[in-house]
Amino acid sequence: MAEQTFQEGLLCIVMHERDNVATLLKDVNKGEVITYIKGGESFQVTLIQDIKFGHKAAITSIRPNEVIMKYGEAIGTASVEIPMGTHVHVHNIEGIRGRGDKQNASN
Amino acid sequence: MQVIKGYRRENGKVGIRNHLLILPTVVCANQVCSRIQQKVAESVAIPHQHGCSQVGADKERTHKVLVGMGKNPNVGAVLIVSLGCEVINAEQVKAEIEATGKPVSWIDIQGEGGSVKSIQKGIDEANKLLQKIAAAPREDVLVSELIVGVKCGGSDFTSGLCSNPALGKAADILLHEGGTIVMGETTEIIGAEHLVAAKAVNQQVREKLFQCVKQFEQEVERMGVDMRGGNPSPGNIEGGLSSIEEKSLGCISKAGSAPLQDVIDFADEIPASGYYFMDSPGNDIECVSGMAAAGVHLVCFTTGRGTPTGNPIVPVIKITGNEITEKRMADNMDIDTSSVLKGKQTLDESGQEIYEAIIDVANGQETKAEILGHQEFSISRIGISL
Repeated sequence: MAEQTFQEGLLCIVMHERDNVATLLKDVNKGEVITYIKGGESFQVTLIQDIKFGHKAAITSIRPNEVIMKYGEAIGTASVEIPMGTHVHVHNIEGIRGRGDKQNASN
Repeated sequence: MQVIKGYRRENGKVGIRNHLLILPTVVCANQVCSRIQQKVAESVAIPHQHGCSQVGADKERTHKVLVGMGKNPNVGAVLIVSLGCEVINAEQVKAEIEATGKPVSWIDIQGEGGSVKSIQKGIDEANKLLQKIAAAPREDVLVSELIVGVKCGGSDFTSGLCSNPALGKAADILLHEGGTIVMGETTEIIGAEHLVAAKAVNQQVREKLFQCVKQFEQEVERMGVDMRGGNPSPGNIEGGLSSIEEKSLGCISKAGSAPLQDVIDFADEIPASGYYFMDSPGNDIECVSGMAAAGVHLVCFTTGRGTPTGNPIVPVIKITGNEITEKRMADNMDIDTSSVLKGKQTLDESGQEIYEAIIDVANGQETKAEILGHQEFSISRIGISL
């Protein structure tokens, strides 16, 4: 995993170029714009809901079943359509691993 | 090379503390042990729930953890308290600990004729043992003797962003000095095991690691549950972690970048220097207890949400990356890495700070968990009670 350097005053961080989510470093309100750096370039996303410090925001539109990437690795799949600027968490993503519930359902 | 002050034991191993350990072989001996411990200042006790109605590998694990706690070089002497009819064989526990050369005494509650007599005799025995170890000298030993466990608990998003990678930097410094790093928590490499395995020194080690993960995942399948909610826990989820994969990817950086020498079983003695993985649950107390039983000298423990976890024989250094937790739980936190997130400190600088704290604690400085008397201990079970 690539190492990220943190800069003073940053509102959020994207850990890897392949990521489709940013992690917020402060509480950010609906309508606020966050700036993130990916591959040396700077991008902006407008949050469409309030998102708390430490939680994740979609930095692209994510389709149902699409893999959610953080640290350049899969952390789950989207259970619904996730528009850009949306809070990404347990309500709209599923874990892939440690899913004994799914195992039983398919038996 | 860096030098620390340590207690050189008869078997050549080095300890950084000089505890008198009061060890019940069975849950039935807990109260007697606690009473003795209360009356003998400077002693520590490890009451636990097990030692009887156990068979097979489950019994062996309990035996191994109890013996390992006694053998840990941070322990100068041991008082064993048995009931007399339990599954764990106190005589064998005594013999295995005595093989290290340290003084060990044993009292049996049925043999002594009840709790009162056992407590009285236990206090006498404990005081005799204390006298034997009181004069143990602290001598200069190389930092390469140090075995440090790396653990995270009560994680939040800051764990993966700053406290774990900063701890990884400290681990790299210790490994460079010839020391040893042990990472556990098999459940918390699920989804990131390919990255841990990529560092394995050979194919055999890689396969052992995958096998450990497979076993845990099969247990989750057997139970027919989604592990989310148990791990990541409700607090992890509140702290922004959405899945075990996300948590694991944040967890693994705490071991640093060195090659993985081997994968060892829960509470197995650490074989040599370098970086090792110990198959263990993610559960904080069980994992730290397993590390202590494996011979770890101290544990560096990162926490975003804030947890007070300590251990009876092993100092636990608490490291947070969450500035709110640092303020709200200042009495529990030893090191704050949150300045990394603000761009005011690099991971290397933060790692250096953690490494210096490791040296200070090895030299005798008490951790917050030690000052507050946090002495949590538990043994992980792998079988049912009969």
